[in-house]
Amino acid sequence: MLENNDQELKTIQETLVNENSNISLTFQELILRLSNFWAERGCVLQQPQDVEVGAGTMAPETFLRVLGPREYRVAYTQPSRRPADGRYGENPNRLYKHTQMQVILKPPPENIQELYLESLKAIGIDLRQHDIKFEEDNWESPTLGAWGIGWQVMLDGLEITQFTYFQQCGGVDLDPISVELTYGLERIAAFLQDVDSIYDIVWARDPKDPNKVMTYGDVRLADELQFSVYNFETADVEKLWQHLNLYESECQTLVDRYNDLLKDGRQKGADVAAITAEKRRFPLLPAFDLCLHCSHLFNILDARGAISVTERVGVIARIRTLAVGVAKAWVDQQQLPRETGPAPAAGATAN
Amino acid sequence: MPDFLLEIGTEEIPARMIDGAREELVKRVSDLLVRERLVDGNGSSPAVEGTSTPRRIAVVARDIAPAQADVSEQVLGPSLRVAFKDGQPTPAAHAFAKKVNVPLNEIEKVSTPKGEYVAATVARKGRNATEILAEALPKEIAGLYWAKNMYWRTGKPERFVRPVRWMVALLGSEIIPVEFGGILAGAESRGHRILSGADVRIERPDNYRETLATARVLDQARREHVVRKALDAATRQIPGARWREDKELLHTVVNLTEFPSVILGNFEREYLTLPEEVLVTVMRDHQKYFAVEDASGKLAPHFLAVLNTDGDPNGIIRHGHERVLRARFNDARFFWNTDQKMPLKQRVEMLKAVTFQKDLGSYYEKAARIAPLAVKIADALEDAGVVVDCTAADEAAWLAKTDLTTELVKEFTELQGVVGGLYAKAQGLSHKIADAIYDQYKPASMEDAVPTTIEGAVLAVADKADTIAGMFGLGNVPSGSKDPFALRRQANGIVKTIAEHNLPLNLSLLFQWAREGYAGSEVERKFAAKQEYVASIETFFRERLEFYLRDVHGFAYDVVNAVLVAGRDDVVDAVERAKAVAAVRNSEDFASISVAFKRMKNILRQARETGKWTEVQQVSASVRVIHESDDPAERELAKQAATTADLVKKLRAEKQYAQALTDISRLRPVVDTFFDKVMVMVEDEQIRSNRLALLQMLVDEFSTIADFSEIVTEK
Repeated sequence: MLENNDQELKTIQETLVNENSNISLTFQELILRLSNFWAERGCVLQQPQDVEVGAGTMAPETFLRVLGPREYRVAYTQPSRRPADGRYGENPNRLYKHTQMQVILKPPPENIQELYLESLKAIGIDLRQHDIKFEEDNWESPTLGAWGIGWQVMLDGLEITQFTYFQQCGGVDLDPISVELTYGLERIAAFLQDVDSIYDIVWARDPKDPNKVMTYGDVRLADELQFSVYNFETADVEKLWQHLNLYESECQTLVDRYNDLLKDGRQKGADVAAITAEKRRFPLLPAFDLCLHCSHLFNILDARGAISVTERVGVIARIRTLAVGVAKAWVDQQQLPRETGPAPAAGATAN
Repeated sequence: MPDFLLEIGTEEIPARMIDGAREELVKRVSDLLVRERLVDGNGSSPAVEGTSTPRRIAVVARDIAPAQADVSEQVLGPSLRVAFKDGQPTPAAHAFAKKVNVPLNEIEKVSTPKGEYVAATVARKGRNATEILAEALPKEIAGLYWAKNMYWRTGKPERFVRPVRWMVALLGSEIIPVEFGGILAGAESRGHRILSGADVRIERPDNYRETLATARVLDQARREHVVRKALDAATRQIPGARWREDKELLHTVVNLTEFPSVILGNFEREYLTLPEEVLVTVMRDHQKYFAVEDASGKLAPHFLAVLNTDGDPNGIIRHGHERVLRARFNDARFFWNTDQKMPLKQRVEMLKAVTFQKDLGSYYEKAARIAPLAVKIADALEDAGVVVDCTAADEAAWLAKTDLTTELVKEFTELQGVVGGLYAKAQGLSHKIADAIYDQYKPASMEDAVPTTIEGAVLAVADKADTIAGMFGLGNVPSGSKDPFALRRQANGIVKTIAEHNLPLNLSLLFQWAREGYAGSEVERKFAAKQEYVASIETFFRERLEFYLRDVHGFAYDVVNAVLVAGRDDVVDAVERAKAVAAVRNSEDFASISVAFKRMKNILRQARETGKWTEVQQVSASVRVIHESDDPAERELAKQAATTADLVKKLRAEKQYAQALTDISRLRPVVDTFFDKVMVMVEDEQIRSNRLALLQMLVDEFSTIADFSEIVTEK
C-alpha cells in the first residue's frame, strides 16, 4: 500500500481537481457562493462591522440582533482580529486576522442542519465523498455575557464551522433562540484548494487567464506582518490604556444616561411620550461601537503582555459591564411602541 | 402481546451523554410499564432494550399488555349511620350508589377502624396501553437527565439536550400519539444522514434494529464490534503493528458514528522526533485518532481514524485527515521549538502574570509557597530515614508551574506538567527534577499511578496540600455534590501517594505547614480562624481515609472505624493497622474481646455520667494499688494486662500490629473471668475506683492500634 503512495496521491489530486474544476472555487468565490446560498434562503446580506472585532459574534448584527423578539436572518463575512494569534505571517495555519462567514437565523428553521449541509454542497463539497461529524462544542464568551450550545462541524477531521444555538447574550436570556453558523473561510478554502499554507490560497483568478492568480499571501501577508509587529512590539502601552479609558468612559456615560431615562419613565407624572421619543432616538449603536473599541484595545494590551493577573480579570469585568449595559438598554429600546408613520418597506425588518 | 417502540430522534447528542441517557430511558420505560400494569402479572421486569446513536435514543419492550387488566375495587361511601336511617337508605346512600353506578341493593356494609361504612365493589376497566403511553411518555422524556440542556423553540416550552426532530412510537404496528418538543410521533424514522436518503418506515418494533441497519444505522453494540474489527483490519496493513487500546476513545467514536468504518493514515517519520506524549495527545484528544505502535511498542508513523461513512475508496478522506494532522504536528513542533528559546528557569518570573485562583493569587506566589513546603516535607522524610534529594525537590517546586507560560501547554492544556518535565529534561536539568515536574499532577484518579520518584511524590503532595490549605482557609470546603475545585480528588491523591510511597508523613503537621505558607500574605486576611481550619481539614481527611481504606483497599467499615478512631495522622500506619485488624478480626478470641471492650467502655461511660468516675478520680486512681479486698480474678487481670501492655508497647513500636492484636486477644479468658466474678460498680468507693482504673488502663493501653469497641460482632 505504501509503495503505491505516488499513484494514489495522483488519483486523489485528480479527484479533488475534478471536484474543484466544476466550480473552481477561489477565496472570493467561496464568499460569493455562501453569500448567495444564504441570500436565497432569506438572509439579509450585511457588510462586515467596520470597528475591530475578535469574532463575527461581536458585530452588532449578531450581538444586538439576537436580543429581543424580532425575527431576523442575516449573513455577512467578518474579518476577525485576534492580536495574540498573530505570527508575523510565518505560520501557515495561524492568522492575526481571519475571515468568518457569519449566519444568524432567528428563529432557527427545523431543517437547519440540512440547510447547513446543503450550503456545503453549494461550495462544492460532495458529502458522499467525505466524512462529516457534528461534535459537541459549546460556546461561551464571559466578556459578552453570552453562551450557547452546539457543535464544531468536522469535515475529514478539520473543524470547518462552529454551529451554535444561542441561549444567552449580554446577560439576557434569549427568546426566540438564534442559530449562529460561523464558517472558518481560510480553513475551508485551504481544504478545497488542497494547499498546506493559508498564504497559498488562491484569492482571485483572472477569468481571461486562469494562470494569473492573486493569492492570500499577495493580498494579506503585509497586513499579518505589520500588525504582528505593532501588536507585539510597537503599540504604545500607555496610550492604549488611555484610549481604553476614554472609550470606556464615553460608553458608560451613554449607558448611564439611558438608564436615567428608564428611571425617569417610572417616576409619577413622568412625560412618558417625551421620554419614549428620546429613548427611541438614543444612540445605543454608537455606545456599542465604543464598547467594541475597548474590547479590541484590551486584546492588543493582552498580546503586548501589558496586563497583569489582577488587572486582567478586572478589565474583562469592565468590558462585560459595558456589553451587558448596552444589551439591556437595547432590549428596552426594541420594545418601545413603534412610531406611527409610514409602514416599513416590505421584507425589511425595521429598526 | 404486542411489542413497544419509542425512538426519540434528535440533532447530534454529545457522545459523552448518550450511554447514560439510553440506560435511563430503558429504566424509565421499564418502571412505567410495571407501574401501569402493562407487563405480566408475575411482577417480573419487562424485557426492555435500549438502542442509541448520535441522533437517537430508543427502547424496545417485548410483549407488553395491550391494555391493563380490569380490576374490581372497593369504593368507600358514607358512614353507615349517615347512609341508613332505621334500616332505610337515606339520600346520601342514593347519591353514593348513583356516583359509583351500582344498584342500591348491592351496597355493602364494611367495618373500618373508623367505624362502620357503606361500600360498593366497582369494576374498573383497564385503560389501553396506547392511551396510557401517549399520556405518560412525554413526562418521562422530559425527565431525562442531561449534563447540559438547551432551548430551541420560540416561547421556550421545553429543554432537551439538543432539538428533537422526529419521534417514532409504536405498539405493534399501531402508532402511539406521543407528543414532545412540538413533534408528534409517527412511524417514520431517519437513516444515516449521508448514506441513506429518504425517511425510513418502521413497520413493527421487533424489526426496528434491522430496519435501521438497512438505512445504514447500526446499534451501539454492532458499531463497537465493527470498529474493533475495522481497527484490526486496517492495522494489519502494517506488518507487526498494533493499535493502542483506548477504551475511552473507542467509546467516544462509537458514539460519534451511525455507520462506522476505519482508515489507516500516515504521517511523516520526522514528527516522531517530537515526544510521544505530544503526538498521542494531538491524535487522541484533538483528532480522536487511535495511535499505532510497532512490534516493539514504539509509536509508529500511522494513525487510525474512525469515519461516519461506509469507506474511502479514493483515499480522499484519508488525505484530508493526514493534512489536518500534519498541520497540527507542525504547530506542536513550532511551539516546541519556540518554547526552547526561553528555558523554564527564566519563566519563573512570568508566573506572576498567571492566575492560580482568583483569591489565592498568581502561580508565582504558589511556587513561592510550595518550594519551602516541599523542602519541609523532604526534610521531615529525611529525618525519618527516607532517602530524598531536598535540593531537587526545591528546584522542581519552583519550576513546576512554569510550563503554564509555554505555547505548547497553552495549546495542549491537558499536557501541563508533562510538558514541564519534558522541557526540564531537554534543558539538561537532572532526572530527579524533570521526573518530579512530569509527575506533579499524579495521581489524576484513584486508578492512576502515583509519581514514580520520591521527589515527585514530595512535589505532588506539597502542591495539592497548598491548594487544599488555601481553599479551606477561604472556607471553600467541599460539601455533598459540591466540590468545584476537585479538592476531594486532590486529597485522595495525597493519601494514595503517601500510602504507596510509604511516606512517614504526619497529615496534621503537613496541613499546619501548608497553612503557614500563607502566613503574612494578602490572602491570609480572608482566611477563617485557625481552629476552624484544623477542624475542617481533620473531618475532611477522615472521610478521605475512610474512602481510601474502604473503597480502594476494601476493608470493612467497622475495621476502618476502629483503626481511624485510634489515629489518623499517619496514613501508612493506618493502612498497616487496618491490615492487622482485618487479619485477626475473624478469630473467636478477637470477637469476644471486642465485646468485652464495648462492655468496659459502657461501664466507664455510665460511671462518668453518674459522677462516679470524675477526672479527679481518674487522676488519683491512675496508679493501681493492690488491695486485700481485691478479687483474685481482678489481680490476675491486672497482672496479665500489665505484662501484655508492655509487650504490646514493644510490638507497636516495631509495627508488629497483628501480633500485638493477637496478644491482646489472648487476654480473653482473664477478661471473661473478671466479668464473671467481679462486680465493678460496688458501693466501696476505693474498690470501685480501683476497678474502674483497671478498665480505663485496659481501654487506654489497648486502643492504640484499633478501638475494639468499634468492631461489629455477630452477637
